[in-house]
Amino acid sequence: METEKDLNLEATELRLGLPGTSNESAKNTTHRSNKRALPEQPMSANIDTASKNCDQETAQHTKAQVVGWPPIRSYRKNCLQPKKSEAEMSGIYVKVSMDGAPYLRKIDLKVVKGYPELLKALEDMFKFKAGEYSEREGYNGSEFVPTYEDKDGDWMLVGDVPWEMFTSCCKKLRIMKGSEARGLGCVV
Amino acid sequence: MCVVFSFLFGLSLMHKKMEFPFPDEVLEHIFSFIQSDKDRNSVSMVCKSWYEIERWCRRKVFVGNCYAVSPRMVSRRFPEFRSIELKGKPHFADFNLVPDGWGGYVFPWIVEMAGAFPWLEEIKLKRMVVTDESLELIAKSFKKVKVLVLSSCEGFSTDGLGAIAASCKNLEELDLVDCEVDDLSGHWLSHFPESYTSLVSLNISCLVSDEVSFSALERLVGRCTNLRTLRLNRAVPLDKVADILRRAPQLVEFGTGTYAAELRPDVYSDLAGAFSSCKELKSLSGFWDVVPDYLPAIYPVCSKLTSLNLSYATIQSPELIKLVSHCPNLQRLLVLDYIEDSGLEALASSCKDLQELRVFPSDPYGVEPNVSLTERGLVAVSSGCPKLMSVLYFCRQMSNEALVTIAKNRPNFTRFRLCIIEPRTADYLTHEPLDVGFGAIVQYCKELQRLSLSGLLTDRVFEYIGKYAKKLEMLSVAFAGDSDLGLHHVLSGCESLRKLEIRDCPFGDKALLANAARLETMRSLWMSSCAVSFGACKLLGQKMPRLNVEVIDERGPPDSRPESCPVDKLYIYRTIAGPRFDMPPFVWTMEDDPSLLLS
Repeated sequence: METEKDLNLEATELRLGLPGTSNESAKNTTHRSNKRALPEQPMSANIDTASKNCDQETAQHTKAQVVGWPPIRSYRKNCLQPKKSEAEMSGIYVKVSMDGAPYLRKIDLKVVKGYPELLKALEDMFKFKAGEYSEREGYNGSEFVPTYEDKDGDWMLVGDVPWEMFTSCCKKLRIMKGSEARGLGCVV
Repeated sequence: MCVVFSFLFGLSLMHKKMEFPFPDEVLEHIFSFIQSDKDRNSVSMVCKSWYEIERWCRRKVFVGNCYAVSPRMVSRRFPEFRSIELKGKPHFADFNLVPDGWGGYVFPWIVEMAGAFPWLEEIKLKRMVVTDESLELIAKSFKKVKVLVLSSCEGFSTDGLGAIAASCKNLEELDLVDCEVDDLSGHWLSHFPESYTSLVSLNISCLVSDEVSFSALERLVGRCTNLRTLRLNRAVPLDKVADILRRAPQLVEFGTGTYAAELRPDVYSDLAGAFSSCKELKSLSGFWDVVPDYLPAIYPVCSKLTSLNLSYATIQSPELIKLVSHCPNLQRLLVLDYIEDSGLEALASSCKDLQELRVFPSDPYGVEPNVSLTERGLVAVSSGCPKLMSVLYFCRQMSNEALVTIAKNRPNFTRFRLCIIEPRTADYLTHEPLDVGFGAIVQYCKELQRLSLSGLLTDRVFEYIGKYAKKLEMLSVAFAGDSDLGLHHVLSGCESLRKLEIRDCPFGDKALLANAARLETMRSLWMSSCAVSFGACKLLGQKMPRLNVEVIDERGPPDSRPESCPVDKLYIYRTIAGPRFDMPPFVWTMEDDPSLLLS
């Protein structure tokens, strides 16, 4: 067949010799004789920040998605991406109000990892002292009491439930003050 | 199987030489021990009488490409089959490379079988288009159907499933694996009548609706005392799992729904207690949206687990390490790359029975690595797990050195699929192509049946593959090679190759035409975004009447462009059924006779 002659069957003779020793097209040798990747080829993904800043590199690395690549099924993509990036990008920001303060603040519950840190953050934010927490008596020794509104719309004392549960149901925080606070602190 | 063959070969010689050959019943009885399709095909080629006897007693028919043969041909040749397995679309359809509407319709098969095979017991379909109409026809026509497996199928809704549930009184297995189902609601489950108790296996994990009919599900599980496999879908909340497990403590394989709930001690202890009561559990899956604090609930069953699918579980390496260290008998693990190299090292030291590992990317489109998962993890498992045979691994860096080490560690690999996420990524240490690394894989792993390549690769890797990969049956290639030589090496060297799928490679006409005859010995060849011209496709179609050469091009008719223009997608498969007639407007089959060119 004509095509077989064109194919240059000698080239199929298996040789594990050095690259560039055969009379293949120039296009082939460029790949083989260069030890470094050619500039127009995307480098491996472990690029350092220097090359990341280079416009040419970033142009190649902005992910214009190639159809069907990487080869994963659509249902796998659907399950993963929304949940994870949502969780990563947005923290759990809740409004914090304090009785008597002119404006509200916002705090990211993901950044403070537990109750002690939360209380410290609130205390710093509004310049108050919260008092000692105990399960039986609530916050003792202060006229300020941290409370939160839960999913059901009820105002609850901060600290009663496990931290994970708290972050999932806390809608907003309110630092109560004065007699109202004392009343709440006494409720078990 | 070699022993069986020697026996059969000897038997066939005796049979031919004897004056009074063995009665058919004897041969039939002997053939009944031969189950594998490949062996049955070989048996049928010994002589005419064996062909005849074999075709009457073949009970399981396997059709690897639904267009290779027509339904009528199958029913004529095998008048007594009870089980049929059909595959439709090419594998790359999984990654959206095959446009919608290409084909793979099961309906004509159901119609053909409905009349002639009312006693059909098993229907297994993969990558086929299954409509509600087809399901309704199955429900109506096959009263004895026991097994219905739909794998990667699409085109049907839960209404069709409802029809199956209502009518198939003998159904034992209903398995929906990775299907795209129009999930209208969970009410279809209540179509199983109260008198129905034969369910052994139910897999509904791919159903996406948030509505599930819990009471119907619980009642179904409760009354089907033979239930061994139950894979729930994401909509089933965690606090329902305990109820379900308590009704089916005999379960061997279980898939949870969402594995998240507010942390409550009562829910936790309920769950842990329910898992403990399942003494037969060997396989777990599901685990969507995992709340790590609930994971220890499964620790009681971990020591017996042989299969664990955590590929939806977005949990981090420390939790994964804790989990796998509880599972010393694990043979199969599917996991996200959150496991990281450290987790894989732990896996390598805890799970010495591991045979199959699949590591999926948690952030496939991110440019920077989001986890510390590199070639080191794969090297660790290849070194620590002596029985490891099958690997699917997504990562962002690789080196020839690592691949050579892996190959030498694990010459028993049968499936090696490596996906380096960025196309054409070179060896990160030397910046060279990964030819030598993959070359080592095919050289050392002499039993390799399936290989997927990635990274920067030249024609050299194909030289190695053609030379060494003599048992290779399926090869997947993407963004690789320099010239037609690459394709030529593979087609001329890989004697066992049945399926070849290629995308975005500079392979053109020469290698294809030079190896045209080889294509008839393979099931199929897929080439997309390559350099095969329309003219070559036409030529191939003309020369090879027993091949269907399909040009798939959504840009419009290929003859509206010069013949030298490359086609977008090309799907070539051997067939005795001739060209098909159910093609959409963007698919053309190249005809034998140029004057009858279909368009």
